[in-house]
Order: sequence, then structure tokens, then C-alpha cells
Amino acid sequence: MPQLPNNLISTREMTSENQFEPEIIAFSCHYCAYAAADLAGIMRLQYPTNIKLIKLPCSGTVDILHILNAFEQGADGVFVAGCLRGGCHFVEGNNRAERRIERAKDILDKVGLGKDRLEMFFMSSSEGPRFAEVAREMTDRIRKLGPSPIRGV
Amino acid sequence: MIVAKQKDLEVIVGMLQGYERILVLGCGTCTAICLTGGDREVGILASSLRLADKVSGKNRLLKEHTVERQCEWEFLDEINDQVKEVDAILSLGCGVGVQAISERFPDIPVLPGLDTLFMGMPQEESVWVERCSGCGNCILDKTAGICPVTRCTKGLLNGPCGGTNNGKCEVDPEKDCAWTLIYQRLEKQGKLELFDEYHPPRNFQAVVRPGRFTIK
Amino acid sequence: MAESFRDVLNSGKFVITSEIGPPKGTNLEKTLHHIDLLKDKVDALNVTDNQSSVMRYPSLGGCILIKERGGEAILQMTCRDRNRLALQADILFAYTRGIRNILCLTGDSIPVGDHKEAKGVFDLESVQLIRMVRTMESGTDIGGNELNGAIEFYPGAIVTPEANPIEPQLHKFKKKVAAGAEFFQTQAVYDLGNFRNFMQYARQFNVKILAGIVLLVSARMAKFMNDNVPGIFVPQELIDELAGVEKGKGLQKGVEIAARMIRTIKDESICDGVHIMAIGKEEIVPEILAIAGL
Repeated sequence: MPQLPNNLISTREMTSENQFEPEIIAFSCHYCAYAAADLAGIMRLQYPTNIKLIKLPCSGTVDILHILNAFEQGADGVFVAGCLRGGCHFVEGNNRAERRIERAKDILDKVGLGKDRLEMFFMSSSEGPRFAEVAREMTDRIRKLGPSPIRGV
Repeated sequence: MIVAKQKDLEVIVGMLQGYERILVLGCGTCTAICLTGGDREVGILASSLRLADKVSGKNRLLKEHTVERQCEWEFLDEINDQVKEVDAILSLGCGVGVQAISERFPDIPVLPGLDTLFMGMPQEESVWVERCSGCGNCILDKTAGICPVTRCTKGLLNGPCGGTNNGKCEVDPEKDCAWTLIYQRLEKQGKLELFDEYHPPRNFQAVVRPGRFTIK
Repeated sequence: MAESFRDVLNSGKFVITSEIGPPKGTNLEKTLHHIDLLKDKVDALNVTDNQSSVMRYPSLGGCILIKERGGEAILQMTCRDRNRLALQADILFAYTRGIRNILCLTGDSIPVGDHKEAKGVFDLESVQLIRMVRTMESGTDIGGNELNGAIEFYPGAIVTPEANPIEPQLHKFKKKVAAGAEFFQTQAVYDLGNFRNFMQYARQFNVKILAGIVLLVSARMAKFMNDNVPGIFVPQELIDELAGVEKGKGLQKGVEIAARMIRTIKDESICDGVHIMAIGKEEIVPEILAIAGL
């Protein structure tokens, strides 16, 4: 099974106000979500720099293990972005991803990280603004939740 | 194949209390096929356990490995060295696997990560169903290839009972009434006379438990 | 002393049986009251056996009480709770206490009852149980060993005339007759048209059939039974009839319907009698019989 690189999460750096800046991994599918992220960039839309994008051929290639690994490496939040429901380039990939995210959320609850640190979003390649919105939403959410409890362990 | 499901994470965490170095051992045969004990599941479980540990401030050694089959001695040879480095093994094999490991390495606790359920097969995506009880006296030639011992809730040999309901079992409307299925298939095969045959009481000692089978 | 159930059935008289549901405990006050209330009004009384897989005072105990009080008892025996040794042993005991009638049942499954983790025995089932009784009558137990002292029983079984699909049920009925069942009490019937169809099939066998009558007390109960109880089919006219009465009169209407059905079955000789299951309302049985003119 493909492994995540093990230097995803940088050592924490506080801002001058000592405010917590979340580190969020965004698994994004090439055909829709990553394209939307690209478009957001081209449109010069502002979205938080807390998001680290990982491009995948399809959201269906994300496994529960990748999500857990990201948290093990210290990610404060993770989201998976795929094509709109019914519009997956590989037909079923985003459906499978959705089911895996449900299971992963369950595990996150059980281990004490909480299911809200993980989310799945659906968008089309033309939805630059939507990507920016999702990035902001997740960053805000994670900022409120605080840093991952395993940082520093 | 043998079908088993994972115990709840809280239960597994409870079982692992007090151990500092753990080997999570998967099985590449039956439990890999029912997606509860293979290489991938070992990875997910070990990661979950590490996360749970870290959240509670612990940092234990969790090794991961998967053998082809836990139930054959030859395949356990490859973990000889790893076993020396841990104080407990969490097995994601069926009950046979857990016991085989424990018999081979009797000095070290071997803990069951799964609850073994039944002998069965995958019927459709994500659904495994029981098909055989290992009764030791197969009568599938008389029942159109449908086992009443296993698929009838009461294990009747002269069914159906009065609880059959539109072809479903009264106990679980998701489950087919085995004897209705048997009737329909015997009818299709033109062998309804088999349905009328009287089956005497089952020999429950056909296999004296625990079973043992030898070949000369 | 009551006439033997077998003799009554063979006399051609329209036979009435009912049943006693024993208590969950040792307080037999109500049970004794029901026995005394009904023993002279019906030809025989069943005592249920951990009915619906709910643990209760045993049928065998209830039957002994009936015999002591001069009534005729029908022992119900299920295969859910006893293996073949216990079944045979209980039959030997029952015989020595004067019990002769036995209704051979497979038994409801464990999950429907109140001990959901119990082991369901099912060493035997109804057909094999009937054969077991016959084998014991011939002088041996089913392990092939000679018995010291004879037994003789009048074995019966149940049938569900409105099972869906009906064919497997009819084959099973045939199997029970072949195994030696001599009388049948049916699951509750409400549609006499369907029941007549069943009787057309059943009449070819030399067995006695008692139609099951279960008291309905409301349209809601009727619908519930339609949806949840296998083999029960309450026709829409009856549901409407029950729905059409004012509040509080449901029970009375149910009694009327039951009495009417019994009367029709008797007048048209559809079968050999009825088995009234009042399920907790044993008090009402005399009234049903009175209205039915029996």
C-alpha cells in the first residue's frame, strides 16, 4: 500500500500573536478538486495557507490508512475533496471515499481525536470559489478545535 | 472460508493494557478476504492504536506483520525473531490462528483481535453469509444444495416450521426460510419426492468435539 | 372425570378445546381459577410450554393440575428446550400421571423470547417428536433400548392453513400425518373461504382437525397480527367490522366475531371442532361459547 511521505507536517511555528495555526492535509482528486484549487489560485482567490494539497488520481484512492497516517504525523485536520456526487471521473471513486471517511471518522472518535477533524467535500473543477470556501471553513473549524492532542507526544 | 469480525476498538485497547511492546499480526487468507484481518486492516488497526496511545500520552512499540496463514506452523516460522521483541501478540486471525500462534509460542500472551463467526462465503459486496456448520454428515444431496442445518435458524431436518413467513424466517425478515428455498429448488429440479422423505433425528455426535481428523 | 379426548373426537361430536397459559412463577392462583372455570365447558385444555420462548411454569405441571381437578389435559411439548433424553423422560413421567394427549411442536425460536442468549436445543423437531412417541409406544426408546413399562398416547400437531407459500406447509402436514399425528390444532383462522380450501386437502387424511380461534379485540390488533404473525390472515371485512365499533366495545365485537366463526364452522361441519386461544383472556372463553350457542 502506498505510504505517505513522513515529513508532511512541519514543526509547529507560532505566529507573532502566539495564535495556533492549524496544519491541514487536503487529499484532492486530480479531475475536480485539485483543478478547483488551481482555478482558485488563477482567480487570485484568497484561501488560508494552512492547507497542504496532496493530488490523487481519484478521491477513491484515499485509504483509511492514509488518513490515519496523516494524523499520526501530527496533522490537526484532514479533508478529502472529490468530484460532485454522480460526477466522479472514475464513476464510483467518490462514493467509496465517502464510505471510507465515515469509517475513519468513527475511528477518530474512538481514539479521542474526534470526528470533526476529518471531512469530505464534493466539488466540480470549475468551482474555484467553492474550494476556497472549503479551505476557509476547515481552517476555521480546526482552529476552534485546537491543535491535535498528539502533537508533541 | 472462515468469517470473523473485528472486536470493538475499546475492547482491543482494554486487552492490550499493561503490555508495552505489541506485535499486531494479520492473516493473509480468510480474514484478509472478509476485510477484517489482512495486511491493510493490520495497518489501520495499528495506526488507530498508536493514535489512541498518543492521545493518552503513551508511546508503545507496535509492530506490524502479516503471514500467509496463521493456522499452519510453516508460516509462523517467519515471526520467530519478532516474537522475541514483544510481550504480547494481537492476532487478527480466526480462533484457529490465535490458538496456533499460542501453541507455537506458549510463553507469550496471544490476544484475539477478532470474533470468529462462521464458515461462509461472500454473497455480494460487503456481505458474507454462513453456509456450513461442519455437522459431519452432509445431506446436501437431499436438499437441493441448500443446508437446512445451517440456514434454518432451528436447524430443522423436516421443515419448514410454523414461523415461516412469505419465504422469510420469523426470526429475521432479512433471512430466507431455508426450507422454502429447498422446496422451490427441488421443485425446479423435479425432485419434490425428496422433500417428502422423512429425516430421522440428527446425529449430533457425528463429529465428537473437539474434532480430530487423520489420514492413514 | 372427563371423557378421554380421543374418545370425544372419535364420537363425531363438535369438539371444543382451549388453552391455559401458565404463570411466570409459582403463584398458581389464576391458573387454578382458569382451570376450574373452563374444565367442564370444553372437552380438553392445552397447557402451553414456554410459549413464544418465554420461560414459564411447565406444561407438564399445568396438565397435572388439570388432571387433579378432574379435567382432560393436552400436554404441549416443544423441542426448543429439551433434548431427546429429556423429552422421552418427560413423556414417561407424563404417562404415569395419567396424561395421554400430547401436542408435538418444534417450538418458537430463541430470539423471540425473553432469554435471548439461551441455547435453542432443537435436538428433534415436531415430525421426529411424533415418531418418537410412536416408537416409545412400540416398546423402545429412540436409542433402540427396550422400555420397562408401556406407554400409550394420543399425539397431535399443529398446521398453518394460511401459510404463504402454502405448498411446503401442506407437504409438512402430510409428513406429520405419516409420522403418526392423529389430531391437529390449527393456527388462527379468520378467512373461512381459505380454510375450506385447506380442509378440502386435509380431508383425504384420517385425522381430526380443530380450527384455531384467536380473539381479536381491535382493528389495530388485527392489523398487527396480519403484519407480524406468520400464517395469520385477517380479511379486510373483519378489520372494518372491528374498526366500526365505538371505543371500548372492541372486546365485545371480537367476542361476537369469534362466536360467529365457531357457529359457522359447526353448522357447516367445516372441520371437527375448534381450539380457542384467548391469550390472557381465559375469562372470556365461557362467554364466547355461550354466544356461539355451545
